[in-house]
Amino acid sequence: MRHEVRFSGFGGQGIILSAVILGRAAAIHDGKNAVQTQVYGPEARGGASMSAVIIDDEPILYPEVTSPDVYVIMSQEGFLKYGAGAPESAVMLLDAELVQDRPSCRYHAVPATSEAKNTLKKVIVANIVMLGALVATTGIVSEAAIEKAVLDSVPKGTEDLNLQALRLGFDLGRRSMKDEAA
Amino acid sequence: MQGNTACAEGALAAGCRFFGGYPITPSTEIAELMARRMPKVGGTFVQMEDELASIASVIGASWTGTRAMTATSGPGFSLMMENIGYAIMTETPCVIVDVQRGGPSTGQPTRAAQGDMMQCRFGSHGDTSIIAVSPASVQEMYELTAKAFDLADRYRVPTFVMTDEIIGHMRERIAIPDAVGITPRRPLEQGSLPFAAGEDGVPGFPAFGNGYGVHVTGLTHDERGYPSSTDPHVHARLVSRLVEKVEGARREMADFTVTNPDAEVVFISYGAPVRSVEQAIRDMDDGRIGHLRLRVVWPFPDFALAAFTSARVFLMPELNLGQMAREAARLTNVPVVPVPEIGGELHLPDRLIALAEGYL
Repeated sequence: MRHEVRFSGFGGQGIILSAVILGRAAAIHDGKNAVQTQVYGPEARGGASMSAVIIDDEPILYPEVTSPDVYVIMSQEGFLKYGAGAPESAVMLLDAELVQDRPSCRYHAVPATSEAKNTLKKVIVANIVMLGALVATTGIVSEAAIEKAVLDSVPKGTEDLNLQALRLGFDLGRRSMKDEAA
Repeated sequence: MQGNTACAEGALAAGCRFFGGYPITPSTEIAELMARRMPKVGGTFVQMEDELASIASVIGASWTGTRAMTATSGPGFSLMMENIGYAIMTETPCVIVDVQRGGPSTGQPTRAAQGDMMQCRFGSHGDTSIIAVSPASVQEMYELTAKAFDLADRYRVPTFVMTDEIIGHMRERIAIPDAVGITPRRPLEQGSLPFAAGEDGVPGFPAFGNGYGVHVTGLTHDERGYPSSTDPHVHARLVSRLVEKVEGARREMADFTVTNPDAEVVFISYGAPVRSVEQAIRDMDDGRIGHLRLRVVWPFPDFALAAFTSARVFLMPELNLGQMAREAARLTNVPVVPVPEIGGELHLPDRLIALAEGYL
């Protein structure tokens, strides 16, 4: 089963790192195949940045994302540029505070940035909170795999903070699932 | 691992111990990684003042017997042409990575292209032959960069890794082999003339610092290495040998795969478009489409086209307006149709399927 995940936000939020971590979780720790790509340009220094991961049990031949089934959107500009056209069948995680619009597909509005700011006192880990929520809501990789991939990928000395952020994201994701079911 | 990272790691595994370069998008990660890793393996990294100097430093390093490389993209590649000719004339083994981006000129720094395929082959003035490989995955970035060093040493000729922004920046899982098989450069036998070649056309290498007294010049030279720039026979013998040592070995160094050899409609591809063609063939799933995918692109394996005995048409998707397609067309009576895609996007598999079906 091929999953195409598209991340978008503004430069500096760690949109590309999020995709790298997800790809690493799938390819190294969950034993699947993954390809990570990104829009590579001046957007990376502000403006809407975009990265993508394809996850598949089969070898991945065509490496570009053509029809994402999962969206992770962390800015309004990113929503307009990369999220607004999401098909009905997709699922979207969006930052509740930074994205004003809502898509026509299923979505989870996750307060990743505000929780990172208020609970963890470090807004820089908002992307990791979002990754946790992504895994909790979609199960696209295992929680164990994403934990290992986060630890592989973050700077030394920040492991605890990032793990806390990830687990906070798991909780926010589960809560959103419960709200959706209710 | 990212494609550019795999390129640098493959080079280090192959024993590359000198990198001279000038960073340019989208190849910069190769220089960055080399700057970090070279000192740790006892090698040398030099950021040169420009690309003219970069390739010159690589040529100098290679003459000490060191495996040496540089990495660049279109505009830098253009600046290297003069000294690439010098490397060809002086039979200096070296590896040049071109992470291709949209051109001409500064063009599209952040988008992929395959527009330099003819430049690597014919960019130098004079009659020349070179070797070029083209990876289609992160795994192949590692493997083919390593292989490029062996080819460069074996034939004493600049060898190009002709990749692109898509493969260079993509991340995939790779399996790193415990060791890369390295065939060392064959040294010149003491007492032999430095530019006297045996049957294979490749003289032994007299690395500086090993007691050889060698004169190295870009002028036409005799077997002693001394300039002899007016004698037509000396020039004809030298330049014919420089070309023939590569062209005559095209079967020996050929590296390609053949899928569905009985097909009537056959794609030829190399580099990133390989991925689109493989996807199209998997999606069609009926064995009616053939595929010749090249890993060594220069010298072009002319004989490989004959593997497709039923071919009615060859379709050649490239990230240019039809460069290698012209080379293929020159080698077969079967029509070769270029399938260009420029601007930075890869061919959509559905487009290739629709195209192929039009010929079935």
